[in-house]
Amino acid sequence: MNISVEKLMEALPIMGKGMLGIFVVTCVIIAMVMVLNTVTNTKKNDQ
Amino acid sequence: MEILYQNILEIEWRQVVMWVIGAVLIFLAIKKDMEPTLLLPMGFGAILVNLPFSGAAHVVDRLFDVGIDNGELMPLLLFIGIGAMIDFSPLLTNPKLMLFGAAAQFGIFFTLCLASFLGYDLNDAASIAIIGAADGPTSIFVAQMLKSNYLPAIMVAAYSYMALVPVVQPPIIKLCTTKKERLIRMDQKTYNVSKTTKIIFPIAVTIIVGLVAPDAVALIGFLMFGNLIRECGVLNSLSETAQKVLANLITILLGLTIASRMVADQFIQLDTLIIIGLGLFAFIFDTFGGIMLAKFMNLFMKNKINPMIGAAGISAFPMSSRVVHKMGLAEDNQNFLLMHAVGVNVSGQIASVIAGGLLLTIVKGLIA
Repeated sequence: MNISVEKLMEALPIMGKGMLGIFVVTCVIIAMVMVLNTVTNTKKNDQ
Repeated sequence: MEILYQNILEIEWRQVVMWVIGAVLIFLAIKKDMEPTLLLPMGFGAILVNLPFSGAAHVVDRLFDVGIDNGELMPLLLFIGIGAMIDFSPLLTNPKLMLFGAAAQFGIFFTLCLASFLGYDLNDAASIAIIGAADGPTSIFVAQMLKSNYLPAIMVAAYSYMALVPVVQPPIIKLCTTKKERLIRMDQKTYNVSKTTKIIFPIAVTIIVGLVAPDAVALIGFLMFGNLIRECGVLNSLSETAQKVLANLITILLGLTIASRMVADQFIQLDTLIIIGLGLFAFIFDTFGGIMLAKFMNLFMKNKINPMIGAAGISAFPMSSRVVHKMGLAEDNQNFLLMHAVGVNVSGQIASVIAGGLLLTIVKGLIA
């Protein structure tokens, strides 16, 4: 085990890109489901 | 007479330690009912391959070559079974729940940073971090694709922590939430999700994820193929086979195959302990990420979200949603969070595959 700030600095942008990527893809899927639910005319019932 | 004891004299202390580890895994599987379908074959396999001059070692090695090393077949086939088991209706009912699945992948990327800081090479750090996907097949797939040197420890940690979700998550959830937050009740909304939506969903998700993270297309594709078989309505027999026979068959062999890499001299290292510790770190910060997003959203929302459901965003399905549901009932016996937690939990399944795919795409690009 060798502490490496250099490797940490290499990993930080990956964290940023990765989390941003997940949220972007997730938002696209959410939008797609919302459109599908609207198009296929789902009925909402509040209990 | 010498022939009877000469092999006994070849026993090394490390092999005895592996027998003990194998026995502990079997004990956890049988007595504590922790992921018995995997921990039991792994435990037995650990004993099997650590007998001196074990004649079984080359057989399970062959299983590893065919089932994992050569195209990651076993994790992918298992994903067909998992896909066939998952009902995405709670998620389709309330698609915004997917945001918690995304947030709960935070532990993966945070652990990547910590593992890098501890000096692991990028491919190993990413493979260790993916333990936080809380998803055995994804962990194996990513670690194998990145040719990590620590595959056995990663596989054991991934499956062990999935089994330990009911132990790991509750203290973190309590630590991150107030009693008032844990008492928040959420509306029980029901939508009639159309069959068309259920059929288009797996196809559309495969296309979207495949376009963004091509390395994950096998994982997401097999998962969604299993789900399509389930939802199409004309392949019930195949769906049942995928859920039961296929999943069971692969699981039996997968446990033994993983054990092929639990050979004493490769497994008993300081790195194994560090990796197991990093896996726990990933699980903790996955849970933290999901909860924190819920708390953040509550700052702006009129109808408050019980932040505990954010913790179900890790993909350990269905253990995590059960944990959240039980904790909700423990605080208020009329607070039923199960449907919301299940929706978040299945979204975590998709998000963990997306995280794995993105990690593969980014890291492979950097180390190429």
